[in-house]
Amino acid sequence: MSTVEMKRVIELEDKCLKIRKDLLNFIYRIGMGHLGGELSIVEMAVALYYEYMNYDPADPKMEDRDRFVLSKGHCSETLYTIFQDMGMYTMDYMVEHFETLDTAKFGMHSNRKYVPAIEVSAGSLGHGLPVAVGMALGARAKKAPWRTIVMVGDGEMDEGTNWEAIMAAGHYQLGNLVAIVDKNQVQMTGPTANVMNLDPLDKKLEAFGWEVINVEDGNDMLQVCEALEKLPKADPVTPRKPIFIISNTVKGKGVDFMEGNYKWHGGGIAKEQLEEALADVEKNRKVR
Amino acid sequence: MAVQTTFDFDQMLSNAREAYGEELMKLADEGREFLFTYSDNVAPSSSAGKMVAKYPDRCFNFGIAEPNQVGASAGMALAGHVVFAQVFGPFLPLRAADQIHTDIAYNDVNVRLIGTHSGVTAGGGPTHNDIADLALYRAIPNLTVVVPADADQCRKVIRKSMDHEGPMIIRIDRAGSPNIYAEDYEYEIGKAIDVLEGRDAAIISTGSSIYESMMAAKLLGEEGLSVGVLDMHTIKPLDIEAILRVANTTGNVVTVEDHSINGGLGGAVAEILCEAGYRGKFKRIGMPDQFSVLGDPDEIYKYYGMDRASIAKTIRTMLG
Repeated sequence: MSTVEMKRVIELEDKCLKIRKDLLNFIYRIGMGHLGGELSIVEMAVALYYEYMNYDPADPKMEDRDRFVLSKGHCSETLYTIFQDMGMYTMDYMVEHFETLDTAKFGMHSNRKYVPAIEVSAGSLGHGLPVAVGMALGARAKKAPWRTIVMVGDGEMDEGTNWEAIMAAGHYQLGNLVAIVDKNQVQMTGPTANVMNLDPLDKKLEAFGWEVINVEDGNDMLQVCEALEKLPKADPVTPRKPIFIISNTVKGKGVDFMEGNYKWHGGGIAKEQLEEALADVEKNRKVR
Repeated sequence: MAVQTTFDFDQMLSNAREAYGEELMKLADEGREFLFTYSDNVAPSSSAGKMVAKYPDRCFNFGIAEPNQVGASAGMALAGHVVFAQVFGPFLPLRAADQIHTDIAYNDVNVRLIGTHSGVTAGGGPTHNDIADLALYRAIPNLTVVVPADADQCRKVIRKSMDHEGPMIIRIDRAGSPNIYAEDYEYEIGKAIDVLEGRDAAIISTGSSIYESMMAAKLLGEEGLSVGVLDMHTIKPLDIEAILRVANTTGNVVTVEDHSINGGLGGAVAEILCEAGYRGKFKRIGMPDQFSVLGDPDEIYKYYGMDRASIAKTIRTMLG
């Protein structure tokens, strides 16, 4: 039986609905984004920021905060949207400062110097896992109690640097490192299975010395919470297997005309598409 | 700044690669906090190897996986550490170019990337030659790029780097460059040093090429020519004032480097001189735009005109 309180799960689901709506409005207003992947990660990102990470939006550089590294940096707009919901800035401010040359704070790919809540500047794929391995080793060297959590995309897993880092994390038994793959099954030009097959991912990761937690539906908040509840207390010193969460999600989740469609990897949306999308996410909200 | 130099052949060859390891050990012994990462190329008998043995908790081996090592070094710096990362010659700029660009420079972190076996000093042919790195580093923002002239200067660079904000590249040759400097001096990143002052021609050089440049200047001096040598130990930021000073003093400038003539020190100096309206003579000496012939580094220098006799010949021709 789950130890997760259903009341809290429903609150987080409400939050996901709001984030999806805000995100769609944001992408409509700025005219660009990567909605497919930005919609697929919503449940995991919301669960982490609002419930499971040691994180204070009023103090995003708090010394002992858990570090979240978004390796699939093209999905930064989901994080920006969460940060505005947390009160770090307003939606209007985000729009006013999105890719506006020397007044820009926000970009399609995140920059840690412009947005204090961004831990690592990202964009090019295959960088987050090696950097996260270094952060976890750095925390171990300081005996710091925080956890490093890195999220990668399944298409991104084609990059060989991920596998170098996966090997190193297994070697160093980084018990303070959690990796999450947003396995939405689709990359830019088609299904991941056709472009470069990743499976059986769990067996590969286990062979590299990781403990794998499989989330059958990574867009189901209850399942996401149950997975995150399983994480042991972050321990920088004691060697143990790092944990890889395979979060099986749907690209474009919540918007019927985007779901599973690789054509919604990147781009903007028109006014009529926005209205249809907003109606879809409302309609598709899980009823408990 | 003029500093007393040495031409003493009998002096023990210095070894910048060993010196940096010794200085790191010294810093650790003094209680300075930093982490050290390395690929599977740090011999246990080397000074860096001894530091690994003495301070295992701060040293991390990444095997043969330079991109992961460089990325993880950035992560360690983001976790609040100063990080020294040793990588073998060409595998730093060529394997880990994306990580240097994005994880180190774009994230602007306190990592000191130590590329050993620079230029053709490793031997082993073009796969083990490091002749394109300066061209890459020069085009990446935020990087400070330093090429120590000898072992003692390398120690100074390592010590200075502890208090340097932002990423640094420290380019070190394999071994065996003679000591350039015979006395202690104040070292400043970005401030070139007049190793020899000259009226007729100026050699601007860096790293292990400085000694050959000095010997060329000495040969020419015996013929009555006054040839200066400028130690351009910092490739980025470049000491523009020093370049223009020696160029305008002599009207004859030669650059010498163990790097491709494309995009390295010679290219940088050419850009400065051209933009400043320099009307004198100029020649780049370095590896030509081709993969090196196979052989001992000293023989390769002769083959491509980078040894003292060839440098002297080039300057003689220039002076007509």
